[in-house]
Parts: sequence; structure tokens; C-alpha cells
Amino acid sequence: MIRRLVDSEDPDRLYTLTGGRSRVGHNAFDLVTLVTSRADPVPGMQSEHVRILRVCRAPTAVVELSADLKLPVSIVKILLSDLLERGLIFASHPTSPTDPLQLPDPAFLKQVLVGLQKL
Amino acid sequence: MDSRSSEPVARPPLQTTAKDGVKIVIVGGFGVGKTTMVRSVSEIRPLSTEEVMTEAGVGIDDTGAVEEKNTTTVAFDFGRISLDAQMVLYLFGAPGQERFWFLWDRLFAGTLGAVVLVDTRRVSDSWYAIDRLEHHRMPFIVARNNFGEPEHSLDDLREALSLSPDVPIIDCDARHRSSSKDVLITLVRHLYDQASARKEAS
Repeated sequence: MIRRLVDSEDPDRLYTLTGGRSRVGHNAFDLVTLVTSRADPVPGMQSEHVRILRVCRAPTAVVELSADLKLPVSIVKILLSDLLERGLIFASHPTSPTDPLQLPDPAFLKQVLVGLQKL
Repeated sequence: MDSRSSEPVARPPLQTTAKDGVKIVIVGGFGVGKTTMVRSVSEIRPLSTEEVMTEAGVGIDDTGAVEEKNTTTVAFDFGRISLDAQMVLYLFGAPGQERFWFLWDRLFAGTLGAVVLVDTRRVSDSWYAIDRLEHHRMPFIVARNNFGEPEHSLDDLREALSLSPDVPIIDCDARHRSSSKDVLITLVRHLYDQASARKEAS
């Protein structure tokens, strides 16, 4: 469904959605960065920003927003970096190391294990 | 505008204390049961989304997909498990096809580990996934999803996959929560053992 949106829709729409930027400062956002709104949407705000601020009244992962908004992950990250710059959201990034040569701390993995065993 | 009707989101919200997202990826060929496994343990109905990349960006980490014309799309499913007040595990079901791996670094850096879900009727589908996981130095286990009585032993499967002896391999039934939970526990135990051994060695 997103593919249809991306392929068939005027490419200008995605361009407009993100203010024409494609790679500014959104790399800090991970798929599972948890986003929480710090403010309510106000009239005149871009509709995607409004939706993000509404959904993120409870912490919500970037990938959940991408599914909710039916927009590719990279577009959502750009929308989020706008909101972050304006101080409208709080972003809680994952703590696991992103370097594949670095394994997470055993204590951290133990916590994951305990959580799974409780399921 | 009625804010309730504008919200298509009907899933339990995370606790307000949630702050650390964790990723585990389930890789497997089409129809092997990735989404079934995600669904059986997830606290939300599995969601799906997509990422786009440019053809030109293949192999390049940071690609701007927006202004380019030739985009490739990769779709994936995911579910969620709240592990405790702070930690939330996101479980991704990912297709093992070639173009997916070009997105690995961009989307799945920081993944704790992976489960290679194997359909014994199509073992060769898993070779590529295993090769790519090794290439990305991503720890993994192999889970054989049994749709019926297995014809071969796990040792035979290990051999067919040319798996090194330290990679755990187990049977599962992705339809059942307890079985899928066991798969995840096996993976995280494996990661824990590896991390502990490395810590001791250092």
C-alpha cells in the first residue's frame, strides 16, 4: 500500500512532505527509537506532524509511526527530525550497541531474557 | 475534526515509562511462517511497513530516497513485546531476498540477534540468509518450523545448512506462543553466553 503511494503519487508530494530534504540529521532515529509528544498539535500544522503528535501521546516506535502513517521509514524519520528540532517531541534512542563487533552487555541480555521468560 | 476517528491506531499503548527499544529479526523465505511467529508472541496485531531506497544507493549506507526516481521497496512485518517497564522488544519478520540485505545496515544496525526460520521443504532458501547474517556479523540461531513430522534429524539439517557447531538449532511450531517464546529464549540465551564468554576473555 505504501508502494502504491510512493510509486503512483506525484513525487512532489513526498518532496513537499519533507520540505525537500532527504538526509538532514535524521540518522539518529532508529526503527525502535521511542517517540513521545511534548506538545499538542496546533492549527496550521502539517497534517503528518499533527498525526505524529497525537499518536505519540504514549511512547511510540518510529516503525509503528511508519505503519500508522503508511509512509516509508526514511520519510517518517525526516518528519520526526523536524518535530525534534522544534522541541515538540522527545526521542528515546535504543541503548544496544550498533557496532556489530560489539556485543551488548550480559546484564542487558539477562534483562531481555527475564522479560521473555515472563511471557 | 474528531480526533478519535482520525486515529486508525487500535493497539494498546506502551507504558509511559518505556524508553529502550530492542530489535530481533526473524529471517526466512516466503511462506515459512515469519508473520505467524511474530503474531503468536506479539502483544499487538502484527503491523507492516516499508522502506524505500534508490537503485543507486545499493550498498551505500545513507541514501536519500526522496528525490530519486528509481526506488526499490522492501516490506517487513513487526510485532511488539513489552519486556518490563522500560524495555520493549520489537520483533521483525524480514524477507530474505537479496534487496533486503542492502537495507540491513540502515534499518537493523543494533539488532540483538536473528532467527533463521527454516522450511525443510525449501532448505536452500536459508543458505543465502545465513551467508548474509554471517557477513553482517549478526549472531543467529536456526529454528525449523514443523508443519508435520520432520523427515530428517536436526543433525541432518545442520549438515545441509553447513552450520558451525556453536550455532543453536531447534524445532518449533510458529503457530504456538510457547514454542515461539522458546525460540526467542534460545536466541537470547545464545547471545548471553556469547557476550559473557567475550566479557570474561577481555
